[in-house]
Amino acid sequence: MKQLVKGGRVIDPSQNLDSMQDVLITDGLISAMGPDLPTDDVDELYQLSPNHWVTPGLIDVHVHLRDPGRLDKETIQSGTEAAIVGGFTAVACMPNTQPTLDNLSTLQYVNYTAKNTARIPVYPVVAATKNIAGQELSEIAELKSHGAVAVSDDGHCLMDSRLMRLALSYCQMLEVPFVCHAEDMDLSGKGCMNEGYYSTLLGLAGIPNVSESVIVGRDIQLSRLTGGHVHFAHISTRQSVALIREAKAEGLPITAETAPHYIALTDAALTNYDPDFKMNPPLRSEQDRLALIEALKDGTIDAIATDHAPHTPDEKALPFDQCPNGVIGLETSLGVVLSTLYHTKLLTPLQIIARMSTGPAQCMRLPGGTLKVGSPADITVIQPELKWVVDVTQLKSKSRNTPFKGKTLQGRAVKVFSKGKELLLDNAAVLEPVTLTKEAVTIS
Amino acid sequence: MSTLSSLPTAPTWTKHHLIDAASLTVDEIQQVMAEAQTFSEILQRPVNKVPILRGKVIVNLFYENSTRTRTSFELAGQSLSADTINFGVSTSSVKKGETLIDTAETLLAMGIDAVVIRHASSGACHQLAQYFGDRVCVVNAGDGYHEHPTQALLDLFSLLQKMDSVAGKKITIVGDILHSRVARSNIHVLSKLGAEVHVVGPSTLLPVDIGKLGCIVHTQIEPALEDADVVMCLRLQLERQQSGLIPSTAEYTQLFGVNRYRLETYAKPGVVLMHPGPMNRGIEITSDIADDPRYSVITHQVANGVSVRMAVLHLVLGIHNLKGDAFNETVG
Repeated sequence: MKQLVKGGRVIDPSQNLDSMQDVLITDGLISAMGPDLPTDDVDELYQLSPNHWVTPGLIDVHVHLRDPGRLDKETIQSGTEAAIVGGFTAVACMPNTQPTLDNLSTLQYVNYTAKNTARIPVYPVVAATKNIAGQELSEIAELKSHGAVAVSDDGHCLMDSRLMRLALSYCQMLEVPFVCHAEDMDLSGKGCMNEGYYSTLLGLAGIPNVSESVIVGRDIQLSRLTGGHVHFAHISTRQSVALIREAKAEGLPITAETAPHYIALTDAALTNYDPDFKMNPPLRSEQDRLALIEALKDGTIDAIATDHAPHTPDEKALPFDQCPNGVIGLETSLGVVLSTLYHTKLLTPLQIIARMSTGPAQCMRLPGGTLKVGSPADITVIQPELKWVVDVTQLKSKSRNTPFKGKTLQGRAVKVFSKGKELLLDNAAVLEPVTLTKEAVTIS
Repeated sequence: MSTLSSLPTAPTWTKHHLIDAASLTVDEIQQVMAEAQTFSEILQRPVNKVPILRGKVIVNLFYENSTRTRTSFELAGQSLSADTINFGVSTSSVKKGETLIDTAETLLAMGIDAVVIRHASSGACHQLAQYFGDRVCVVNAGDGYHEHPTQALLDLFSLLQKMDSVAGKKITIVGDILHSRVARSNIHVLSKLGAEVHVVGPSTLLPVDIGKLGCIVHTQIEPALEDADVVMCLRLQLERQQSGLIPSTAEYTQLFGVNRYRLETYAKPGVVLMHPGPMNRGIEITSDIADDPRYSVITHQVANGVSVRMAVLHLVLGIHNLKGDAFNETVG
C-alpha cells in the first residue's frame, strides 16, 4: 500500500525542514520524501495546494479524558475524536479520573478502552501518589511497565517537599518524567482568578503569580538535587518562565508546556464572570501572556498542550467562584495558536510545529513528532489560512466549555493520518469545499 | 400627587438592571438622586404610599442573611405599591440544591417583574441578569465582594443632604477594603462625581491594585484622615482574625479604629461620619462619635435607604411602565 501526499509545504522541526516536498507512505511508514516524487505505483494520491502545511502529527501531552468515571463529560472515544478534529495524532491523558489512575487495573481499563475505541494512541500519565492524596507514591515501576509514560498529581500540587524529593528521585531511577502542577495551594487559597486589578474590580479572590513560581523554583532545586526530570504543566506566569529559562541554561532536566488560552487571553476577558473563562492556573496579565509567547519563541517552553478539561453545562452554570476549573481545547488549539502566533507573525511555522508536535513528543519521550524516513506516518495536513467559527454545537467533545465559543479562528487541520491511515475530518470537509482534492489512482 | 409631577416624565434611564455602580453614568446617578429626593419628601407625608408600581411583583432573593437591606427594599417596594415577596433561602428549594438559574426559571414562570438579589458569590447578579435579559429587572443588593450599588447611592444621597456636591471633597473609607463590596461601589460612585476618594486599612486587607479603581491608598490612619470631609467606616468581620489576615481585633482597633481623638485631630471640623452598618461598636468605630449627631449620619443612611431604593426600583421598572399604565396615570 503506497500513499503519496503531494504538493504541500512540509514543515518538520525534527529535520529543520520547511520546503515544498512530497511525502510517500508505504505500509504506514514514511518511506521517501522529496520534491516531485513520481506518482506511478501509488495507490492513493493526496494532491495538496502549496499553501497546505504537511507536518508531523500534532501531539497534546495534557488532556483530561474523564474516563473512567465521568463519561457524561468526556470518554476516551469522544475525547480522541475531538483530538483528531483538532489535528492531533496522539494524546497523553491525565490521571485524575474516578477511580484515580494510580493502579494497574484502572490502567488496564484505560489501555483496553483506548485500544478498542480510540483511533489514535492514548498515552496514560499515572498518579504520582496514591489517589492523588500526596501521601504515598504510586507503584510507578509497575505502571510504567504497562504503558504509563509519566507521573503526575495534576489538579493538585505535591505540597510535601520531602515526598516530592522522593518522587523525583524515584522517577529519575525509572526514567519517567514528573508532570508538575506547580501551585502553592496555600497561596492560592480560595482564589478563582488571577490576582490583580481585575480580581479587585470583580470582587473575586485572586491567585497570585507567585503561587505558581514558588513551586517552580522549589522543583527546579529538587530536580538539581535528584536528577529527576520535571515537566512543568500549564505554565502561566512570567516569573515561572524566567526560572525555567535559567534552569535550562544550567542544563537541568526541565521541560515545560503552556496552553493556548494563556497565549490568547488575559484576565481582562473575565469581566462578564463567564465560567468558560475559569481554569487553573487562571488567565493572567498581558505581561505574562507576552512572556509566554517569548518563551515559546526561544524554546524555554517546549510544548503547547491544551489542558483539555471537559465539564458539564450544569456544573459550569454555578456562580463563578463555585464552578469547576477548566476549559476544553482539543478542537480549537491549532486555530487559536495559528491565529495568535502565526497570523501575527510572532512565531515561524517551524517554531509553531516544534511546540505542537516535536517538542511535546520530546517532553514525554513519546514516539512521533517527526517525518523522518522510517517513522510511522503520523501526519497532520493544515490549512493555515482557513477561517472558521467555533460552533459549540458542532464539537466532537461531549462538553462545551470553551472560551473561544463563537470566535472566528484562522487555521485548521484538514486531514490527519495515523500510521498512514487516513482519519476523516467531516467538519473540515464541510468547511473546505475545494482546496483539498483527493484522487485515488488505481494502477491496474 | 402633585409632587410626582416633578419626576422626569420622559426618563432617559435605559437600564433594565442595576448590577454595579461601575457602569453607572454621572447622569444616571443624578437621576437616582433626583427621584430619591422626591420619594424622601413623599415618605414624610402621613399617607406615604404611592401607587406607581401597583400590580408589579418584586421578589427579594436573599442568599445571605440581611435584615436591614432586605427590609429597606421591602419597604421601598411597598411604598411604591408593588407586591414584594421575600424568597428566603432557608425556606426555599435552594437549600435542596436548586441552582440560581433553576430558581430564576421558576421565578420567571411565576410572572414576576423584578428580583432584588443578594448572593455570596461575586457575579451572581450578572448571571441572573444575563439569564433574564429584558424580561425581569434585576437589582443588586450585594454580590460577594463585588458591589452593593444601592448602598453607595444612599451614601451619596446622605452626603448630599449635608453638602451641595461631593466634587473636590476628601472622602476616606476606613477598614477591610478587600472584602468590601460597599467600598468598591462607593469608590466608583464618588470618584465619578469628582470626589477625592482615599482608602485606608491594614495592608493584608487592601486588595491588589485598588488604587486603579480611582482612589488613593494608605496604610496609616493619620494621613488618610487628615483634612477629610467625610469618613466612612466599614464593618470588620470578626472572622478576618481567624483566617490570619489580622493578628487581633484589638490591634486593628489600635491602628485603624475611628475614635473621637482621631476624628477631631485630623479630619476637617464638621466632618461627616458614616457607617453602612451593622457596627461593631468599639472595634472599627467608637460609640461616642457614632452617636454624636454633630458628625454621624449613620441613622440618616438607614432612612435614606428606602427612598433611594424606591428611586432605583421605579427607574428600572419604569422602562416597562413607559408604555402607559400606572406611571403615566399617576403623573397625569
